[in-house]
Amino acid sequence: MKTTNLSLVSKVMLLIVGILFIASLFLPLWRIELDAPQYPEGLTLQLHANKIAGDVNIINGLNHYIGMATLHTENFFEFKILPYIFGAFGLIAFALIFINRRKAVLVFLITFVLFIALSAVDFYRWNYEYGHNLDPNAAIIVPGMAYQPPLLGFKQLLNFGAYSIPDVGGWLLTGAGLLLATIVWVEYKYKKTT
Amino acid sequence: MKNRFLKATFAIVLIGAYFVSCKPKNTSDVAVGDAAQRVYVAPGKYDEFYNFVSGGFSGQMSIYGLPSGRMLKVIPIFSQDPESGWGYSEETKPMLNTSEGYIPWDDQHHLELSQTNGEVDGRWIFANANNTPRIARVDLKRFKTAEILELPNSAGNHSSPFITENTEYVVAGTRFGVPGDYEDGDVPINTYKKNFKAHISFIKVDKESGEMDLSFQLRLPGVNFDLSHAGKGKSHGWFFFTCYNSELANTLLEVNASQNDKDFIMAVNWKKAEEYIKAGKGKIEKARYAHNTWDDETHTGKSVIKEEVLVLDATALKDIVYLMPCPKSPHGCDVDPTGEYIVGSGKLAALIPVFSYTKMLAAIDKKDFEGDYEGIPVLKYNSVLHGEVQKPGLGPLHTEFDGKGNAYSTMFVSSEVVKWDIKTLKVLDRHPTYYSPGHLSIPGGDSKKPFGKYMVVYNKITKDRYLPTGPELTQSAQLFDISGDKMQLLLDYPTIGEPHYAQSAPADLIRNNGQLKIYDIKKNNHPRVSKGEKDTKVVREGNKVHVYMTMIRSHFAPDNIEGIKVGDEVYFHVTNLEQDWDVPHGFSIRRANAAELLIMPGETSTLYWKPTKVGIVPFYCTDFCSALHQEMSGYLRVSPAGSNVPISYSLGTNLPASSK
Repeated sequence: MKTTNLSLVSKVMLLIVGILFIASLFLPLWRIELDAPQYPEGLTLQLHANKIAGDVNIINGLNHYIGMATLHTENFFEFKILPYIFGAFGLIAFALIFINRRKAVLVFLITFVLFIALSAVDFYRWNYEYGHNLDPNAAIIVPGMAYQPPLLGFKQLLNFGAYSIPDVGGWLLTGAGLLLATIVWVEYKYKKTT
Repeated sequence: MKNRFLKATFAIVLIGAYFVSCKPKNTSDVAVGDAAQRVYVAPGKYDEFYNFVSGGFSGQMSIYGLPSGRMLKVIPIFSQDPESGWGYSEETKPMLNTSEGYIPWDDQHHLELSQTNGEVDGRWIFANANNTPRIARVDLKRFKTAEILELPNSAGNHSSPFITENTEYVVAGTRFGVPGDYEDGDVPINTYKKNFKAHISFIKVDKESGEMDLSFQLRLPGVNFDLSHAGKGKSHGWFFFTCYNSELANTLLEVNASQNDKDFIMAVNWKKAEEYIKAGKGKIEKARYAHNTWDDETHTGKSVIKEEVLVLDATALKDIVYLMPCPKSPHGCDVDPTGEYIVGSGKLAALIPVFSYTKMLAAIDKKDFEGDYEGIPVLKYNSVLHGEVQKPGLGPLHTEFDGKGNAYSTMFVSSEVVKWDIKTLKVLDRHPTYYSPGHLSIPGGDSKKPFGKYMVVYNKITKDRYLPTGPELTQSAQLFDISGDKMQLLLDYPTIGEPHYAQSAPADLIRNNGQLKIYDIKKNNHPRVSKGEKDTKVVREGNKVHVYMTMIRSHFAPDNIEGIKVGDEVYFHVTNLEQDWDVPHGFSIRRANAAELLIMPGETSTLYWKPTKVGIVPFYCTDFCSALHQEMSGYLRVSPAGSNVPISYSLGTNLPASSK
């Protein structure tokens, strides 16, 4: 039974994972950068755990030409629950240090990966919704044209190039996931024989 | 015989060729060979310097980039500007108010960038109005006129707005002596010597806000104060003014004010003057002058009439002003970067005298006076003179410095700019200008730390330098490279109005000073702002109608307005809801007896309009704001006086239903 206990290194890494989860609460997770000939300085939409930030008003103003619905934090239930989820993830990471079982860490890693997958689906769904559900009376209607931003990476939408990538918080979460995976890998691969 | 004839012909041709070759080279080949490369700023790249140029009789200030000579902006200051609505909108009208009401024009001559420790700090630039004496402060974060202060007891506000090394004071000397506003001005003109006085204003500048306050005035004999510069470094605490017409002539000045062999540079010990003020030696005199300030949060100018000014009689107090004799009606008065040398440019003199501050202090100490002028001690010329630049050229006017020990002076009559060594007074180089230069400007050239590299000379006459444009020709700036031993002409470029003095600052100093991009609509405290389309309305108060309107790409709210009647006084309070850089909107209405409004993001501006005809009046956005700019428009219905069409307004729907 002793072999399933976590090493000190793994515990330190769990501490870091917890800190990364908590820190991501205060930082933007995702960003969509938009640039156009008229916006050489670029416009940015930043998604935090609890809100949409960045040049939201300017982007809303511009989107009215193509009839896209305006973005408002209060229209997304996700922003109400995400802070609790990340907070809980942070606390779980801390708790795992005391639970001290590699299997528990494995379960947490799987949960986190499933959560990320679910989030990606949700993000895609919203992108699709906003990109396709356009006001039929909009000033600019390009037949067949939808304005769904890319899930990840670059896409040209009329005069705007949209570039969708993780922001600082997103990289922290990525780091947390990698650390968790490392813990699981090290704990299962190298400690079997001891 | 035939042989001699041929020889003679040959000789004549040779002699003729010699004289032709003696004729100075055509002006077109004077620029250096690689000049084009050196002034070329590639598309999308920035210039090295901001160049702020006085607009002369345009009343405004223009801004160019150096070395390209590309114009970036004209900032309205003292004249109405239909392009921006300056002086036409209800909010800006108070900025052009004076003790005698609204004045739509002035003559803007000199500019001075604010300084800290004698170095350009990029916060504000001060501008003078020559005709109706005023000083303006332009805010360089907004590139907008923030304040205008009228000056009492003054006429021909020419020797201004020069500043002390920490922008403690802006000074303003009068070109025309006149009886003070607190005296009876209804006097025969030929009592000039007795009744005409000159007043020099010392305007205190608030260190943080920049706000100006007329601290005190020095009452002086009625000579014509022409130009000035503050002492710096060791001579900080002193101010120097050139004056002409020491003859106190009141008619045919071109002859009668040119009689004396020497006029003066007046040295003012302003620290001493401050002491006398503290000791209660000043006298509060009645005056009326306007102080106009712009509020960035209400987007509105406010004009307050002030009623008093503190006057210090400089002739009664023996140790605050001294006169240094200076040859022949001196014009420019320039202090070198060390503060030691004071250069007077006698515009009719054949030399340039350079005075020494150290010698001046010693002479004052020893009371080395040659007498007095109207009660002011006159120092002996030779006791205060550092030396004279011999044969600099004809008609010296202005001098600037490169910080490397060299001075550059313009010669109006011989149409050239001359480089000379301040210490040895030797002429080092000369270069023709096209034609008749007035001021010249080196970036930081009148501060403790000139940036050197370039020099711009502002010419009064252009004649054949540009394509002809009828009787009135453009005025011109000429850019020189002064980084080497020889001055090199790089570029000619036209200017607005008539350029007088100019100032330049490194681009980064201005660009990184916290430039404003938009006005925050949340901080908009205009009493009639609409912060969103929900706040828009049309309110009748008797025959006054207030339209609270918003603009955003690409519509007005409301854009259908009814119930306006002939004889109404309509005020459009238009708020630009944009919070995005470089998205101003314009507002104009058919047959309005005013200019457009050009409204910055987050700003509210008001247009007054009095409809005189029944009918439909369109209004539209004048600044091409978006792809649907042409759709950004609206209609207003004007009904006859006494009509019972009710006030209604709408956007996107037809209201009221009855008006369908």
